[in-house]
Amino acid sequence: MSQAALDTLISQEYKYGFVTDIEADTLPCGLNEDVIRLISAKKNEPEFMLNWRLQAFRHWLTMKEPHWSSTHYSPIDYQAISYYSAPKLKNRPKSLAEVDPKLLQTYEKLGIPLHEREILAGVAVDAVFDSVSVATSFKGKLAELGIIFCSFSEAVKEHPELIEKYLGTVVPHTDNFFASLNSAVFTDGSFVYIPKGVRCPMELSTYFRINAANTGQFERTLIIADEGSYVSYLEGCTAPMRDENQLHAAVVELIALDNAEIKYSTVQNWYPGDEEGRGGIFNFVTKRGLCRGIKSKISWTQVETGSAITWKYPSVILEGDYSVGEFYSVALTNHRQQADTGTKMVHIGKNTRSTIISKGIAAGHGQNAYRGLVKILKNATNARNYTQCDSLLMGEHCGAHTFPYIEVKNKTAQVEHEASTSKISADQLFYCQQRGISTEDAVSMIVNGFCKAVFRELPMEFAVEAQKLLGVSLEGSIG
Amino acid sequence: MLEIKNLHASIDGKEILRGINLTVKPGEIHAIMGPNGSGKSTLASVLTGREGYEITQGSISFENHNLLELAPAERAQAGIFLAFQYPVEIPGVSNIYLLKAALNAVRKAHGLTELDAMDFLSLVKEKLNLVEMDQDFLYRAVNEGFSGGEKKRNEILQMAILEPKLAILDETDSGLDIDALKIVSHGVNALRSPDRSMIVITHYQRLLDYIIPDYVHVLSQGRIIKSGGRELAKELEAQGYGWITEKNTDTENKTQ
Repeated sequence: MSQAALDTLISQEYKYGFVTDIEADTLPCGLNEDVIRLISAKKNEPEFMLNWRLQAFRHWLTMKEPHWSSTHYSPIDYQAISYYSAPKLKNRPKSLAEVDPKLLQTYEKLGIPLHEREILAGVAVDAVFDSVSVATSFKGKLAELGIIFCSFSEAVKEHPELIEKYLGTVVPHTDNFFASLNSAVFTDGSFVYIPKGVRCPMELSTYFRINAANTGQFERTLIIADEGSYVSYLEGCTAPMRDENQLHAAVVELIALDNAEIKYSTVQNWYPGDEEGRGGIFNFVTKRGLCRGIKSKISWTQVETGSAITWKYPSVILEGDYSVGEFYSVALTNHRQQADTGTKMVHIGKNTRSTIISKGIAAGHGQNAYRGLVKILKNATNARNYTQCDSLLMGEHCGAHTFPYIEVKNKTAQVEHEASTSKISADQLFYCQQRGISTEDAVSMIVNGFCKAVFRELPMEFAVEAQKLLGVSLEGSIG
Repeated sequence: MLEIKNLHASIDGKEILRGINLTVKPGEIHAIMGPNGSGKSTLASVLTGREGYEITQGSISFENHNLLELAPAERAQAGIFLAFQYPVEIPGVSNIYLLKAALNAVRKAHGLTELDAMDFLSLVKEKLNLVEMDQDFLYRAVNEGFSGGEKKRNEILQMAILEPKLAILDETDSGLDIDALKIVSHGVNALRSPDRSMIVITHYQRLLDYIIPDYVHVLSQGRIIKSGGRELAKELEAQGYGWITEKNTDTENKTQ
């Protein structure tokens, strides 16, 4: 795109007066019942939704912010946050020239198209992109199959019966401090319903990469796979995204009925802050899937490279007999990043199986913790779990920590846990260098090899992006 | 092609190489023999730029460039190849991926375009025959779970693909049975050419029955104490290193 075209694009937004409209739509900071009523009213929500939010809020008031994770951060002032706010355009950079050049270099290395870079960097551009029309045409195709894929707000209006039936059945509004807060104030997110026997013909959300950039601070996602259906859902974006909001507390609920399968893949690359960790995002997420039906399956795959602090445990409750839960994770921390992530596999049904593969990479001053719980309840006859937990350290100042919890209440259970910690060896690096490969490429190659067991669970094009992303995120981590 | 002058190198303050002089011309094969601890592998490490060695004196020029100024990857790109004594395992990285990355890095350094997947695969297939390896090898993780013989054949495969100007074989015969030794030697001999030089480092003369050198040098206590033609290797085999090293110590004592 030429500079002239860029300028035209930028001046357009003022022409339509976009800024003033949006500014009028922002609530003052602070949280109380009136704010919640206002959010609900602005979204024209039905009564049950408001009541649910209020219940959550009243419960939240009785809770204390938890501090059991091995992360450190300064206190969050919940009254200093505006809980309903359209994108704040006023403080945004007006063009790419005002954006941190390091961020732009990263986009270039990741091969992000120019017009997407502006959105990701938070440049105040109001433009209509191809992806919107693409999105609309795919929505039509999905609708023919009876698949519902829309924003959460839309679902509340169009399909209130589904929302009322399933919302909070996996992550109740009382679940934890951040989930309760989210339940009270969430503004939007995604909703997916796959009807009986339907196999969703495409990866959902691939075509919505840009739109997903603006999902806000308290995002709510609900995915329901009815009997015998299948869906693969992709969340996130490989490009680092700038955001005004420091705290992100999302909730994701997955429900798989008899013989249904949900595959949920995430690439999380929020702004991690600068090299000293300033300005990075706190990502405190509650993600949980419920295998409600027999032979149902839920699989989480995540690549976590962004945020200053990541705190999340995508979990599976294996309620249906013969149900299967999987968790594949790569978590990378560089500079001052901290990650406390892992999973919970709760075996309730008979012959339930779970697999956990976790790869933690720590570089710079990064701190990386795996925290996992495998729980086999009394009636879970013949439950099986396999856990493999590997850490890779790069440099002298980083740390890897593993906290596996195993609770078994049924004698027939088989639980396996393997763990390893290694360093990129000087021998491996030299071997690659002696073949003509530069140090940075060699590091990236070795790290990608380490993560292979997880990457092969990602949809193809996502896997390619994730590999590139790891390389970029680790640049300069070996001197 | 390669000129080493009065090379002194040490690790942790301990001097290992104590004045090496060696000239290698295009197409020549030089064997470097010597007892354990004489500095053979250190020489290979210093030539390829491995970390941890301090060059205290002397110079190395390669094709009229000062080799000591180049980073390890640049030396490799300039055409220096080391067949490792102990090839390292890289879990999760397939052999073919490493080969392709290596070849393309070298091509890029010479201003050539990267080979596309088809051309690369046909090149690799051709070279696989040279070391009698199956295609399965390409898709296994680099050296992971390879037998000793497979690792060494894999080194020669890499050499065949990268086509270096100077190949250094560091104890390539160690840990090989006679069949594997024949395969590896056959591979190396097929790569002999008037413009490719080799330095063959070995403890035993056995390898030199298969890879016939033009010159043999005996390394002891960080110096080349005797040089000769291939018959020198035979003498060493018959009489052991003792007779030269003792003689050498005698001379040293006398001069002192």
